[in-house]
Amino acid sequence: MTEKTISLTVNGRPRTLGVSTATTLLDMVRSRLELTGSKECCSEGECGACTVILDGEPVNSCLVLAVETDGSTVTTVEGIGVGGMTPLQESFLESGAVQCGFCIPGMIVTATALLERNHQPSVDEVREGLSGNLCRCGGYTRICAAVIGAVSSGQTDV
Amino acid sequence: MSERGVGTSARRVGGVDRVTGAQHFAADVAVEDALHVGLVRLDCGHAAIDSVDVSAALEVDGVVRVFTAADFPQPIRRFGPRFVDRPVIASGETKYHGDPVAAVVASSREAATRGAAVVEVGYTELDGVYTVEDALDPAAPLVVDPGLRPDDDPLRETNLRQRWDWGWGDVDAIEADLVVEETYEFPMVTHFSIEPHAFIAMPEGDGVAVWSSIQHPYLLQSTLSDLLDLPKAKVRVHAPDPGGGFGGKGFPKYEPLVASMALQLGRPVRLVLTLEETFQAVRRTSTRIHMRSGFATDGTLLFIDALDDFLMGAYADIAPRVISKSTYFVAGPYKVSNARAVARGLMSHTTPSTAFRGFGAPQIAWALESQMDAAARELGIDPVAIRLQNLAGPGEDIVPGDKPADGDWRQSVRIAAEQLGWGEPLAPGHGRGVAVGLKASATAGASYCILRLLQDGSVSLIAGTSDMGQGARTILTQLVSENLGVPMERVTLVMGDTAVVPFDYSTSASRSTVFMGSAVVDACHKAIANLRRMLAEQREVPLDDVSFTPGEISVSGEVLSLPEAMDDLFGTVPGEIIVSGVERGEGVAGHPLGGPASFYEFSCTASEVAVDFETGDIELVKHITVADVGRAINPQHVEMQDEGAAVMGMGHTLMEHLMLDRRGRIRNLGALDYRIPTFKDIPTSMTSVLVENGDGPGPGGAKGSGEGGLLATSPAIAAAVSQATGVVIRDLPLTPERVWRALQEQHDSVESQRKA
Repeated sequence: MTEKTISLTVNGRPRTLGVSTATTLLDMVRSRLELTGSKECCSEGECGACTVILDGEPVNSCLVLAVETDGSTVTTVEGIGVGGMTPLQESFLESGAVQCGFCIPGMIVTATALLERNHQPSVDEVREGLSGNLCRCGGYTRICAAVIGAVSSGQTDV
Repeated sequence: MSERGVGTSARRVGGVDRVTGAQHFAADVAVEDALHVGLVRLDCGHAAIDSVDVSAALEVDGVVRVFTAADFPQPIRRFGPRFVDRPVIASGETKYHGDPVAAVVASSREAATRGAAVVEVGYTELDGVYTVEDALDPAAPLVVDPGLRPDDDPLRETNLRQRWDWGWGDVDAIEADLVVEETYEFPMVTHFSIEPHAFIAMPEGDGVAVWSSIQHPYLLQSTLSDLLDLPKAKVRVHAPDPGGGFGGKGFPKYEPLVASMALQLGRPVRLVLTLEETFQAVRRTSTRIHMRSGFATDGTLLFIDALDDFLMGAYADIAPRVISKSTYFVAGPYKVSNARAVARGLMSHTTPSTAFRGFGAPQIAWALESQMDAAARELGIDPVAIRLQNLAGPGEDIVPGDKPADGDWRQSVRIAAEQLGWGEPLAPGHGRGVAVGLKASATAGASYCILRLLQDGSVSLIAGTSDMGQGARTILTQLVSENLGVPMERVTLVMGDTAVVPFDYSTSASRSTVFMGSAVVDACHKAIANLRRMLAEQREVPLDDVSFTPGEISVSGEVLSLPEAMDDLFGTVPGEIIVSGVERGEGVAGHPLGGPASFYEFSCTASEVAVDFETGDIELVKHITVADVGRAINPQHVEMQDEGAAVMGMGHTLMEHLMLDRRGRIRNLGALDYRIPTFKDIPTSMTSVLVENGDGPGPGGAKGSGEGGLLATSPAIAAAVSQATGVVIRDLPLTPERVWRALQEQHDSVESQRKA
């Protein structure tokens, strides 16, 4: 298995590291960069627990190879709300959107990306936008309300 | 009442860590130099292991060692909460699809996976027991070695692990005006916690330390103590908050294997299951219920006569308790003078079934409530009315001589009907259904905690309940805040470490608020008593001159804040007040369940659906759940739980089903092929209503909650589908294909009648 050195920006910080060509972006952020906020569940792009923002797009990091991210910018949940929680994070807590919390980093990341491109999503747009994220605690209605609530709090800095 | 005390929707304790990614679940725990495990499994349900060749695996770069049954003490050690039948690793044969034959230990997960792929297992596939019919076939192979069963067990040469015969009155003597007799299927479904199970073990001193995503750390400690011949004090279980449990993380699974390997290797070992592997590790006990229900023409339920076949898995796990408890409450929340229930606990070559939210009650409710609807149709009685007529009123028996109804359950039904708009005109293709469910809570069992009132008046509470999403940390913190008058942010909760946290029986059966909650209130009262006594001694005044209200202490008329009082006591020589809180359910000797339930979890579901006659697709339009919770310590948390249970119920009602082929292999392993509800599957409108009459045994009259919302989902939705379409379906899940086929059959039968 070959190794390749890649350089990328993770949560605003430049990183250069050697990775195996078989390593996923998820493995890299969790094991190499010790950013364990991104979670592993299905490992096949169905559950969304591992979602990160890659060059502005939310992606399932379990489906992306680390070597593909050479030169990219990656934001994980740890890169959101640095220096104080965002209105979205606050809204999750206030709305009761968090139960066990295992899916929540993926929800926060996906919803952050959603709100960056659509400042006033409708309920249907939120449901569509988050439909790739599974929550077994069944908190969907409150998660949806939390995203809408983050918008109606009047702050666009999500 | 303090601002964030009992009855307020305080924010989740631990919530900030969960929205920022800082929360560490078991797989996130960093243990240096940990080796990784890859499990070797066979692609069939039942096989004899002829040989295991590990040489190729040992050649793989990074592989340290490969363990098979031969590497552990012989005969292979076994464990299990009811029967000691599950081996540390498969020995001689594999008994279900995924039963691990070997464990490859390597320096990286990739190496472990590569190593596992090249372990050569020589095996002979054997006939297996995969269905209820298989299990009842006298010619079928025996799942459990009779040698593991007692000599005097009359069932030891069968696949019947246990049989229960239960009832009251005389069913055979009753002449009913209407007898409804049908068979209902509730399939295998899996827990699908988003956090797959994770286990880490390492030698620690002369013992072992284990991390597990487990709900019951003390049961795990006890299991490992027995298996490893170590005193409990030498088995330290760290139990980080699980990422969802739902019962599936209650009982030990791979911890004995991981701990045994760590001790042999003298190094930390970690195993994180894939989601596919969790499907092979845990599932709900699938059930076939044949039920006869007798009614008078006025709708009075005269008898229930049930034969329940529960398909357990290859090892008993806690399934016998699932069966006995749900069978005991065969009449659900109804008062009925005659009942007979026979339950057969059948072993099979399938994933061992275990506890799963509702603990057998959803299976019973599926049959019981569908029968009520059938009777309502036959007799021309409104489905709400027939339930109001037969529900036990407060104080009335549901099982003669046992704990009577502990709530005004009719109130919940009325609220659900009203909220749904019962009786209002329906759009074409729409239908409404209502159903009720009852789940008996914990019987015996104890919870202990330690409360430290620190010198500055802040509190450290050490309590062993697992917070797996139900919000135990928040509830217990609110109880401390309420009882001592300490702001929530000045309370810290220590959980999840058996070396420092006192015993808690389990985090199950919705027991935490009632049992641990009561222990915490007990600790608060003891802390107050100590504080008063110490102040009285210090000030040399009678005890009666020192009074306490939350947050304030009055000493002979002088009012002190809690920090001031503590500083008075400990300002010179620092110290603190340490007390323990206890709540014990002792049980009742000879009781079929070990004791009466501490409380009943009663729930009513009312649902409106729209059915697409072209595709068979069911759209949930409006879904109401009403939970009789006694008292909500945190209403928002209780509603979240109730809604979440409802969504989980929608899963097993509409889409979830583990599918086995004739070789016992699960054909839909993984998230692509096993669907659970997503954002796009939930109802347009969903409401949870809490009934709070203060009639529970917990703090402030609380009952447990969090399971109720799924008890009656299936019969409510199925009844709505029946009203919308006229078809009655008795097998779950109500997939579009199943609904479509039922509609076609109905259509064909109408056509043929018309032609005739």
